[in-house]
Amino acid sequence: MFAKAAMAALCAAILAATPAAAADKPKELVVGITTFLSGPASVFGVPGKHAAEMLISDINAKGGILGVPVRPIFIDEGAGANQLASEYRRVALNEGAQVMLASVSSANCLALTPVAEDLEVPNILWDCSSPRIFEDNSFKYSVRTQAHTGAEMLPAALYLVKNYPNFKTVAGVNQDYAAGRDQWNLFLTALKALKPDVEVVAELFPKFGAADYSTEISRLQALKPDVVVNTAWGGDLDTFVQQAAARGVMTQSTYVLPLGESSLERLGNALPAGVIIGARGDHYFLHPEYKADAKFQDFVKRFHDKTGAYPIYPVFHMAQALAALEAAYDGAAQKNDGKWPSKEQLLDGFKGLKFRGLTSEVTIREDNQGLENQLIGTTVRLPDYPFAVLDKITIYPGALVTTPVGEKTAPWLAKLSPAMVNDPSIITLNASK
Amino acid sequence: MSFSVLLLATLDGLSYGAQIFLVAVGLSLIFGVLRIVNVAHGSFYAIGAYVAATFGMWIAAAGFSPWLSYPAMLLAAVGVGVVVGGVLEVTLLRRIYGKEQVLQLLITFAAFMILEDVQKAVWGVTPYFVNTPLSLLGTVSVMGINYSVYQLAVLPLVAVVVLIGLRFVLRYTRVGRIVTAVTEDREASMAMGVDSSKVYLFTFIAGASLAAFGGALASGSTSLVPGMGAGMIILSFAVAATAGLGQIEGAAVAALMIGLGRSIAVYLAPEFDVVMPYLIMFIVLLFKPQGLFSTIQTRKV
Amino acid sequence: MRFDLLIGALVFCAVAAVPFLMPWASVMITLALGVGLAVLGVVVLLRAGQISFGHGLYYAAGAYTVAFLVQARLGLDILLLLPLAAIVAAAIAFVFGFFAVRYRDIFFAMINLAVSMVAFSLLEKLYHITGGGDGLNVARPTLAGFRMGRVDFEFWMFYATLALVTVVALMVARYLASPLGKGLEAIKSNETRLEYLGVSSNRMLHIAYALSAALAGLGGGVIAIVTGHVAPEFAYWVRSGEFVFIAILGGAGNVVGAFVGSIVYEIIRNYAAAFAASYWQTMLGFSLIAIIMFAPDGLTQLRFGKKNEARAKEPAKKSTSENGITGKAVQEGTR
Repeated sequence: MFAKAAMAALCAAILAATPAAAADKPKELVVGITTFLSGPASVFGVPGKHAAEMLISDINAKGGILGVPVRPIFIDEGAGANQLASEYRRVALNEGAQVMLASVSSANCLALTPVAEDLEVPNILWDCSSPRIFEDNSFKYSVRTQAHTGAEMLPAALYLVKNYPNFKTVAGVNQDYAAGRDQWNLFLTALKALKPDVEVVAELFPKFGAADYSTEISRLQALKPDVVVNTAWGGDLDTFVQQAAARGVMTQSTYVLPLGESSLERLGNALPAGVIIGARGDHYFLHPEYKADAKFQDFVKRFHDKTGAYPIYPVFHMAQALAALEAAYDGAAQKNDGKWPSKEQLLDGFKGLKFRGLTSEVTIREDNQGLENQLIGTTVRLPDYPFAVLDKITIYPGALVTTPVGEKTAPWLAKLSPAMVNDPSIITLNASK
Repeated sequence: MSFSVLLLATLDGLSYGAQIFLVAVGLSLIFGVLRIVNVAHGSFYAIGAYVAATFGMWIAAAGFSPWLSYPAMLLAAVGVGVVVGGVLEVTLLRRIYGKEQVLQLLITFAAFMILEDVQKAVWGVTPYFVNTPLSLLGTVSVMGINYSVYQLAVLPLVAVVVLIGLRFVLRYTRVGRIVTAVTEDREASMAMGVDSSKVYLFTFIAGASLAAFGGALASGSTSLVPGMGAGMIILSFAVAATAGLGQIEGAAVAALMIGLGRSIAVYLAPEFDVVMPYLIMFIVLLFKPQGLFSTIQTRKV
Repeated sequence: MRFDLLIGALVFCAVAAVPFLMPWASVMITLALGVGLAVLGVVVLLRAGQISFGHGLYYAAGAYTVAFLVQARLGLDILLLLPLAAIVAAAIAFVFGFFAVRYRDIFFAMINLAVSMVAFSLLEKLYHITGGGDGLNVARPTLAGFRMGRVDFEFWMFYATLALVTVVALMVARYLASPLGKGLEAIKSNETRLEYLGVSSNRMLHIAYALSAALAGLGGGVIAIVTGHVAPEFAYWVRSGEFVFIAILGGAGNVVGAFVGSIVYEIIRNYAAAFAASYWQTMLGFSLIAIIMFAPDGLTQLRFGKKNEARAKEPAKKSTSENGITGKAVQEGTR
């Protein structure tokens, strides 16, 4: 017992010796950012990193946050959950990161939120979407600056029912991993609530990273469902669409690709017109509401110049996370007579925060979940671009499609009424002009 | 299971089986001669795919006939085999032939890790897809189901040609007989004056080229993403072990079994799709511990 | 043996001082020690010349055992959770062992690989039980009856792990020196002769297999508790490959090697990740090649090369192939 007390005292002494005075303005604001730099998900991680580098140098060019320059430290999510957690720890403790941004993968967010709580470091969930994070637990140190899976799948179902009221059968082809199953379950729950007579003819879960969808495509041809839903992304979605298009299956059914926005440019001429596309938020480089918005247009151009590709949703998510960080510091400093805020003051600053990344304003709710508008559109081929772009764009307000505080997403979706399809807060835009 | 389902599943399984055969047969060949389990084999597959896709894009950009993209695949495969495979053999493997098996395996593991990063540095992380080979040949309808000619006919046909070609080379040419001799009994063939370092280099390049060729063919129908090699290694291990290491015909049978097993699973029990290759390998090794086509080897006292 | 003990003691003292000299590194070292236990499992099999390319399975078995028990809210203490993790892993290995120990060399490696990949697929697939790819979170259990905050827990868990590792390492060293353990070396050098002596090499390997799985399970349990999260990738082949990598890095000739190897590996990996987040794999690859080229017996065996270079080049070389047995004899001879 004595030994324990002695050890504890020693620990306390070490802790006390470290400079902990929170209200002093630091020399720099170190931000740890976990993102995929290896493996298949680096299609999201690397654009996210490019965006972070661009936006942080923008922030620093105008003097930093409250006059403090920001320094990012990137951590590779592709190295595995264990290595990630130990890197996260190292960056938060040894590199002195005051804020962490975690992560692209929902699995990694689920693993890291308790770590952030443990390390008592403010943690912005910048891209991951599992609704379980804030519904199964309440976290003090983590906030999410975008929507969750439920709020992303519901608009796709609303759009489908509104624009294609006469379909009867639906098939799902989704990646065989936790997020793929979550997405399909929540989409289907919402769809059944909005259109109770829908019939599910196939639920296929091809292997994550599959190189060959011959069998799945043959089955779809034989079943001829009215609607096919595929929540895949990156290389998996590209492979599926290319192989399906080559066999003429893309025009046989109405396809719903809730994460399709991130593949538009790469799919080129393989993606036909008439496919329903989601964007995990209101992210789209030709967003009709921001045609005249100088900040948006300037960023899209610079991003394209730098990387050779148009920005996709993780880029917009990164912009939202950094905008939230800036806004939270500004707000917290204002309440603190312009002085550098403490950790607690910063966390308070996130409560009810309204901020704007590159597209519409996001609000952080009291349960730390962001309310983000959702954009769904239908592909159309225009001569201006060598790939499909979006038409018949509909914007769904975050407040309408996000599960209310205290409720769980699946039961909430199940009790929705079909009348929601015509909710007056839904905005339809015409983009093809 | 109705006949039509069986037929459709067979057609679906063929192209997949053909692709894994090409990669696995290279692995098997290398093991037969060098006795090395080459983890870097998946990298050859991935790099072959990337190089073929790059060639495809050049051809399109230069305005040449798109039909050139098929011979370009072969060129990519041989190029990768000679350059990447050759360099790997000469700089690394040559130094460790006498050492323990585990060290040999690990050095290819190290090469695999480095090559993963090399792919990222050269080709970035954006998925590549060159769909010329897939779209050029169009589709054919079988029982009301559209199949792409590339997947249904070209891939299996190429696999058959490679199989027959390999058999021919190994049986009827001088080089092939030397390779067979080394596979059968290494020490005896050395004693007969076979220049082992030449045979090793030749075999390694040939095996690497086959993997790269598998990748090049896959580039016509699959997105190329970082990490694509890792999945392929395990699959071709499963094929090679099921077949019996070093068995060329065995690899073809095993690849076909795995391809068909997977597509039948998607029709009848989609949940088993992912574990199918391992289940097949497991069952085969349960009854034939050295693989389907193994010859019995006596342990030396 | 005496020399190994000395090295072990030195390593023990160096590690024990970490929380005082470098408090920020203590979690990292705790993790390295946990992984070291799994590596020790691989080392036991390497004694018999067998490479398991699927020990991730037992590592995951231990980790998920802890995760399920914690989620069941039985209020079990770490001192109970860890033995249970080892027992579950050993039980799986015992059953599967009836099948696995019939294979040798590359087939042994492949059959282990296959089973671990099936387990990996199942952990991903059985989403409702295992949480699929999201994995499971492990709430912090009590340690010896105490419920602690982060700083205290990290401190005490470090010493608990160090104590565990020390006891286990001594036990494994005794096992390897016993006839059962020496038999493993005979499996490696000439199995047929062993059979002629009337010893069942399969049974011998079966015992070693279950033991090595218990070690991997124990390691997985430690990792689950310290990181608070388990995921299917614990059973992925790359993870199993890492264990073999670390075993060679540290040197399979003695039990200390597993832990030295895994600490060095953790350090290399952390530095690689810190200096080049995008290229840590390249750095690991080159260090692995360097080890194999210049110190194929691993870091803890470096002394042989130095000591014997001048006097006994040939026998020292032989120790490569017979894994330290001759090496030790040579060393005694040169004294």
